[in-house]
Amino acid sequence: MKTVKQILVALVVSVGLQTFAQQTPAPAQSEAITITGAAAHIGNGSVIENSVIVFEDGVITAIGGSGTATKGRVINATGKHVYPGFIAPGKSLGLVEVNAVRASNDQDEIGNFIPNIRSLIAYNAESRVVESMRPNGVLLSQISPKGGRISGTSSIVQFDAWNWEDAAVKVDDGIHMNWPGSFSRGRWWLGEPRGWKPNKNYSSNLSEIRDYLRNSKAYGMSSKESMNEGFEAMQGLFDGSKKLYIYTQGEKEMTDAVTLVKEEGVKDVVIVGGYEAYKIIPFLKQHNIPVLVRQTHSLPLRADDDYDLPFRLPKMLVDGGLLVGLQNASMSNFQTRNLPFYAGQLVGQGMDKETALQLITGNTAKILGIDDAYGTLETGKSATLFVSEGDALDMRTNQLSHAFIDGREISLETHQTELWQRYMEKYSRK
Amino acid sequence: MKKHYLFLVVFFAFTFVHAQEYFPKNDGVKEKNTNFTAFTNATIYITPSQKIENGTLLIRDGKVVAAGKSVRIPGNAVTTNLDGKYIYPSFIDAYTGFGVEKPKRAEGRGRSPQYDPSREGFYWNDHIKSEQQAISKFKYDKKKAGDFRKAGFGVLNTHVMDGIARGTGVLVALNDEDDAATRILDDASAQFFSFDKSVTSRQSYPSSLMGSLALLRQLHWDLDWYEKGNSTTRDRSLEALLANKGLPAIIEAGDKGNNLRADKISDQFNRNYIIVGGGDEYELIDEIKATNANYIIPINFPDAYDVSDPFATKYISLEDMRNWNQAPGNPKALTDKGVNFALTTFELKSPSAFKGKLMKAFEYGYDKTKALEALTTVPAAILGKSDEIGTLEKGKYANFLITSGPVFEKETTLYENWVQGRKHVINNMTQKDIRGKYNLNGGGKTYELTLSGEASKPKAEVKLGEKKFPAKLEYKDNWLTLSFKDDEKGESYRTNAVIPSEGSSFSGKMVLPSGVETRFSASRTGEADPSEKNEKKDENEAPEIVAVTYPNVSYGFKSKPRPQNMLFKNATVWTGEDAGVLNNTDVLVKNGKIVQVGKNLSASGALVVDATGKHLTAGVIDEHSHIAALSINESGQNSSAEVSIEDVVDPEDIGIYRNLAGGVTSIQVLHGSANPIGGRSAILKLKWGESADKLIYDNSPKFIKFALGENVKQSNWESYSRFPQTRMGVEQLYVNYFNRAKEYEAKKKSGQPYRYDEEMEVLVEILNGERFISCHSYVQSEINMLMKVAEKFNFRVNTFTHILEGYKVADKMAAHGVGGSTFSDWWAYKYEVNDAIPYNAAIMASQGVTVAINSDDSEMSRRLNQEAAKGVKYGGMSEEEAWKMVTINPAKLLHIDDRTGSIKEGKDADLVLWSDHPLSVYAKAEKTIIDGTVYFDIEQDKAKRQAIKTERTKLINMMLSEKNGGAKTRPPKGKDKIRFECETIN
Repeated sequence: MKTVKQILVALVVSVGLQTFAQQTPAPAQSEAITITGAAAHIGNGSVIENSVIVFEDGVITAIGGSGTATKGRVINATGKHVYPGFIAPGKSLGLVEVNAVRASNDQDEIGNFIPNIRSLIAYNAESRVVESMRPNGVLLSQISPKGGRISGTSSIVQFDAWNWEDAAVKVDDGIHMNWPGSFSRGRWWLGEPRGWKPNKNYSSNLSEIRDYLRNSKAYGMSSKESMNEGFEAMQGLFDGSKKLYIYTQGEKEMTDAVTLVKEEGVKDVVIVGGYEAYKIIPFLKQHNIPVLVRQTHSLPLRADDDYDLPFRLPKMLVDGGLLVGLQNASMSNFQTRNLPFYAGQLVGQGMDKETALQLITGNTAKILGIDDAYGTLETGKSATLFVSEGDALDMRTNQLSHAFIDGREISLETHQTELWQRYMEKYSRK
Repeated sequence: MKKHYLFLVVFFAFTFVHAQEYFPKNDGVKEKNTNFTAFTNATIYITPSQKIENGTLLIRDGKVVAAGKSVRIPGNAVTTNLDGKYIYPSFIDAYTGFGVEKPKRAEGRGRSPQYDPSREGFYWNDHIKSEQQAISKFKYDKKKAGDFRKAGFGVLNTHVMDGIARGTGVLVALNDEDDAATRILDDASAQFFSFDKSVTSRQSYPSSLMGSLALLRQLHWDLDWYEKGNSTTRDRSLEALLANKGLPAIIEAGDKGNNLRADKISDQFNRNYIIVGGGDEYELIDEIKATNANYIIPINFPDAYDVSDPFATKYISLEDMRNWNQAPGNPKALTDKGVNFALTTFELKSPSAFKGKLMKAFEYGYDKTKALEALTTVPAAILGKSDEIGTLEKGKYANFLITSGPVFEKETTLYENWVQGRKHVINNMTQKDIRGKYNLNGGGKTYELTLSGEASKPKAEVKLGEKKFPAKLEYKDNWLTLSFKDDEKGESYRTNAVIPSEGSSFSGKMVLPSGVETRFSASRTGEADPSEKNEKKDENEAPEIVAVTYPNVSYGFKSKPRPQNMLFKNATVWTGEDAGVLNNTDVLVKNGKIVQVGKNLSASGALVVDATGKHLTAGVIDEHSHIAALSINESGQNSSAEVSIEDVVDPEDIGIYRNLAGGVTSIQVLHGSANPIGGRSAILKLKWGESADKLIYDNSPKFIKFALGENVKQSNWESYSRFPQTRMGVEQLYVNYFNRAKEYEAKKKSGQPYRYDEEMEVLVEILNGERFISCHSYVQSEINMLMKVAEKFNFRVNTFTHILEGYKVADKMAAHGVGGSTFSDWWAYKYEVNDAIPYNAAIMASQGVTVAINSDDSEMSRRLNQEAAKGVKYGGMSEEEAWKMVTINPAKLLHIDDRTGSIKEGKDADLVLWSDHPLSVYAKAEKTIIDGTVYFDIEQDKAKRQAIKTERTKLINMMLSEKNGGAKTRPPKGKDKIRFECETIN
């Protein structure tokens, strides 16, 4: 208890003395950096106590136990913890700044099947909301358009950039699709009775999806005499260069979704949501479907459900042998800085800490297809990592002292820390 | 002696009823029929409890002349020998909309809501339509009257089912033969109220249930004031209410909770409201009984759900499944408790469904005599018409039923429904009962014909050897039309026959498939198969009824939990007091209080809980919650101080249980932020299983919600007509209201007559420091403003809630003495939270402000311990100070810190046992205790989960067999409960 407070006081003081410009992207890594003494949480389920991590030119060149040779600038992190940068999938960070201000909202385009709509070009690398992710260790995100049946195409970005081109880690990585529900809510605001009732249009919704996939595929086989941007954007689904992210919760819907899109030749499918995925684990396993589960900090969907079902759902899926990550796609973007705590919640449910960590690092990187460079602390991978004073999955101890993206030491200052300092300064004048 | 008296009555009736004698007649000559009508050899229910065998009913001119065992039948009587048939008083429905057209919905006008009334010279609120008279809109509907008569009804009370005050109703007899001069029994039979707005006006107030309640209260205050002649202007709505003061008052409440709400208003203003319930009274039966009110109860028991699709079944909550299973027991439950109630067809799709539902109630053990009372004498009495209708005592209207047997038997046929002495045939009484087995000879073959089912509508089965022929039978006016089909050959046989009054055989014409007409004959061989009847009897056996829980939803308790003496041994105790965190410490709980904190305690008789390795804290308190309420915002006006969340507490919200599972024991349910002056709060202990009133704190501190900024300016939705639209206007609104409140109080104190105004009364409480403000606030300018307004009026703002820019004026807040109740880390959701920072709590605390962390959200509220921990992360609070932000600090802000919020001897035993450090994301609440009673226990929770699964399976199987048995089912439907937050308009 005491130590945390002391560290914090020290932090406030040291931060107050520094005057570098907030949000200015860091320069490229110029010298080798070594972090020593920390518990290195690899992000693949393992941990190296008293570790040595060396990175040069943005890439981890060595990681091992205390015997590993250091190089260049040494950061003594004894007693601290090092983690790979956390990865937030399915967000619209940088697409919307203030939810209620329409002028600042660029996340939902008109149209029902618009796969050609690309998030990347609207991504605001200088968003204050984006910058507020970093002090909590969230350093990467998949940015996706929202709304409609097929919302558009996402890209994956890192959070320290001058513009969207700098930010891009993987361009146009996936197509995002909202699966229809077999039940729909009464639109009470239009005078319909409140409540969930069978969706009469469910099968026609499905055949629309099937038609769109078939047409896209047929288009790909044609001479393309007339350019169809939507069909064109879909091609990556059939050759495996793009993944299809399907947002859905129900057992029936997931079964329909996987069956239908597989039948139509989609190579890689990811379920986003998966509230009832625990009921069809063998099916999902058989089709090799990873699940990005809704944040643990959410309510059960139905009154009869266990109060802690959302708390432990990811654990049930992991125990069942599925590849699982965590997302909070349906939440306001600012909430994404709580990603580590969604994972932390799982530890209270009996999940091993290192396994819980995988759900926001290594597993997510695998699911998003960026695991060649991100998600784990391994030689040859990007030095996108941070140092925390304590356990980063717990609110009390998630305290960052250093963070690096591709080896560049990024600022942990934000609009919010500046205001904090500004007003503490005001009160200290008395 | 008796005969003389009888004669007098007859004479009187005769001269009186023919009131229309004075009408000229031009289509013939004027004649009188002074004959009597007599029914003999009948089993007569003169009243539900007075049964006469072999009796006679004598009527003339629409009224009962005599009913009894030895009635002298005058010579000029047309006599019908009923030959053992039954006579009952016909039914009365006190709550219908019969013959009154449904009012049309008002058209929208423009994009902003309508705040002002549409009418002139009436009450200030369009939804008070007490001047409305159903008689002026009433049109006798012969078709519907027929439907009601088929169901046994003879008299209906009807009204315009629209509005909060609905004006007067009409009592009408279902007499097709005579005109309105006769059949209308009362032009203004009762006055009607409800909680639902009129569809004819778009005036936005009241927009919520609590607003409807406040409006009804204010209406009563205004009535009193108007009656005393204090108004300088005329109000036709109030005048109508005054004129109708003596009439029975019927209020449609619609469910168990609303019944109690209606009764409260009734009691407060010394009214005697008759309450139209919802059919779910059995769930709150003791409270319902305690109202001592008369009820009108619908029996629209839900059909079983179609649960054949397991994917769909998950949408149906246990609560709804139970409701299907339990609801038919409602009339019995009410009867057993001695609640006085009438039955109604209200909420049924058609009166034809009434008998089926009633049969269901009988299967559940409802007493048939009581049922007859609930359909005759009780409605007559509550309408004040016992001297005219409801029984067959002499002098009353001749409204009666003739049935084949006891009226509430399944197989009984209703032959005739007489209304005001006018015969209405439902089924031909002289038609012969032809049920039985026959040999049918025709076309050269002998078929086996079975006629079974209801005597008036028998069904046919035709067999030739083992081969069955699908058959259709029509039997009416003693003519039988039977057709049957040879499916293999696609050939049809058609027959016609008239049934002779004597003998057991019949014969008639048969048309062969070839078109050749020939004869057939059928001779009776015996009774229809009796085995079928036995099967039906099995069905009638009392169904299995699952137990009602407290509350009667999933995770309810089988019996209400009781306080327990407990000794927690060897815990890490977070006292929240100067004592700090104590290791290896014991805490003793007795009689709902914390009695001892120390080492090595012992207590005989107390349950010992080994808390080694665990943490014991005070219960978490949420200063800003919107769970456990049926409505949150009364947005119809810019001030709604007259409404109170205490009126709309929902003790069945699953949010309560989930909060308990997160260690929360007390909450303030705040009004929303739709208007600068919101409504009054409810401060609750989350006693899952208790009724709404028992959740509210005893001697609860009084609070009200105020709100500033974008929501009250209506910046983020389409509304441009309500003052204020700027922060400048918000200040002036407060200044104006407080000035008015001062003047109101001065007038009140001066002894002059004044109009009692609930809104002003509440504002006066604020001025006098008797009611505290919790104010929704974001930016520093407005925070500063409200403190200045308060200082000008010499009171103190108690709490700023949200207060996201509190850190910018923390010094001023400390000086004013206001607390801050904030989010840990919310921002970016609207323009006014651009500068919201997670360091807010720590900065405010550093300047001496009492700081709490709240949720405003039913998800976050169940892990406020984690939100408090963010105070450590953002701004470096000590763990103990962080913990206080969700326990003793909110207790202080709510003025309940003398009772709860810390572990201290003498305080309420509101405690949580955590599996781990309570600020850690890894910690789970294992036991949550309120006043020494365990309301959440992680082990009990496991048992509850299992019980839910078992009960769901049981009910699903019951519904499946209901469906397979041919019963009507309805498609699955799931609840879509509103998750309230500040901005929810409801």
